[in-house]
Amino acid sequence: MGIKNACSGCGTKEWVQPVKDGIGSENPVLRHALGICSALAVTGFVSTTLVMGASLLFVASMSCLLVSLMRNLIPHQVRLIAQMLIVSTLVIIVHLYLQAYHFEMSRSLGPYVGLIITNCLILGRTEAFAIRNRPLASLLDGFGSALGYAVVLLGIAVIRESLGRGTLLGYPVMPEGYMPVMLLASAPGAFFALGAVAWIVKAISGNAEAAGGCCASSVGSNGQGGV
Amino acid sequence: MDGSIIGGLAVVFLAAVITNNILLTRFLGMCSFIAISRSMRNAWYMGLAVVFVTVCTALINYAIYFGVLVEGAPLLQTDLTYLTFIIFIATIAAFVQLVEMVIERFSSRLYNALGIYLPLITVNCAILGVNLFMIEPDMDISLIQSTIYALGSGLGFLLAICLMAGLRSKLEAADVPAPLRGLGITMIITGLMAMAFMGFTGMVQQ
Repeated sequence: MGIKNACSGCGTKEWVQPVKDGIGSENPVLRHALGICSALAVTGFVSTTLVMGASLLFVASMSCLLVSLMRNLIPHQVRLIAQMLIVSTLVIIVHLYLQAYHFEMSRSLGPYVGLIITNCLILGRTEAFAIRNRPLASLLDGFGSALGYAVVLLGIAVIRESLGRGTLLGYPVMPEGYMPVMLLASAPGAFFALGAVAWIVKAISGNAEAAGGCCASSVGSNGQGGV
Repeated sequence: MDGSIIGGLAVVFLAAVITNNILLTRFLGMCSFIAISRSMRNAWYMGLAVVFVTVCTALINYAIYFGVLVEGAPLLQTDLTYLTFIIFIATIAAFVQLVEMVIERFSSRLYNALGIYLPLITVNCAILGVNLFMIEPDMDISLIQSTIYALGSGLGFLLAICLMAGLRSKLEAADVPAPLRGLGITMIITGLMAMAFMGFTGMVQQ
């Protein structure tokens, strides 16, 4: 995966750029095939996807920040284990919060909250960027990647829930008598939806890159362009 | 051991390998599945390493979880289940490190074949996934059942990654549209494979 340069000056442009890259040109799910497991597992419903996206935003930004703050204290040989311990501590916080305040959601996500620990997106960012960059830049980098992840997941979830179940966030959105495409709600449908989104985004962004850069909003609209 | 127990274990095993395949229905281990399935040889070694580590860590973590962490466990009386994630991942990381050292010491040939895959296994979500599914309240399984479940899940991963490696070697000669190459076509093939595995549903009565 590409290693981005450290942000040295930190003007407004350097603040926005990592976030923009995370959603667009450096998108973790579509460009680097990171974090695919949960991209498939939780996208059956929009509500679980929103919670998963928010949890990952928190864990990714905070673990990048903490790893970056501790980067001079962690010996090189044990850095992977140190990073995993930081990440799992943050995941425990999320898990306990969900159990305490959103118990039903915690039940329906099941072990997938715990599996944020092994989400390669987070370890990818801490290992490739946060371990040798300044705290603020790392925080933005983690936030941007996680945001890109959340946007793609939300696109897939909107497709899968609206077509596969005829609802959005539990409310019926399809016209009366709509026959849900059961395939999209089932496991193979998750693979097809992600494959289709990756295909469409690549087809469109390939043209956009030729015309001079891929903009942040293109992924979001492409995600729904699959409908 | 009477027949019904063996029958029960067979159900757990078949369900883990085929109908609840860890990769195709639970979506775990996708990252290494996509990265390693380019060659059959690597897929085979990676799959074997996953089977071994899954079974061993499931045994260790089962003992730790039901012996120490759970409320009213034999060793400590307090409820320490909130430490589950951190203990499980530490066990897996430590075990993988240990295996790497042992293999390096005793068989350089095996080390050269497996060496680069072992660190990847720590972040393979299939292994942590099996460990976490094992302690889900509605599973309620014994030590033997969880060992069989871990073995079945590992073999399910091995089966899926080897099938995928075979398909991808055929795919190299195929004329795939440019935007579909990479993630797109891999996901669609995996989807077709998951559909084929769905055909087994109903074979195993839960």
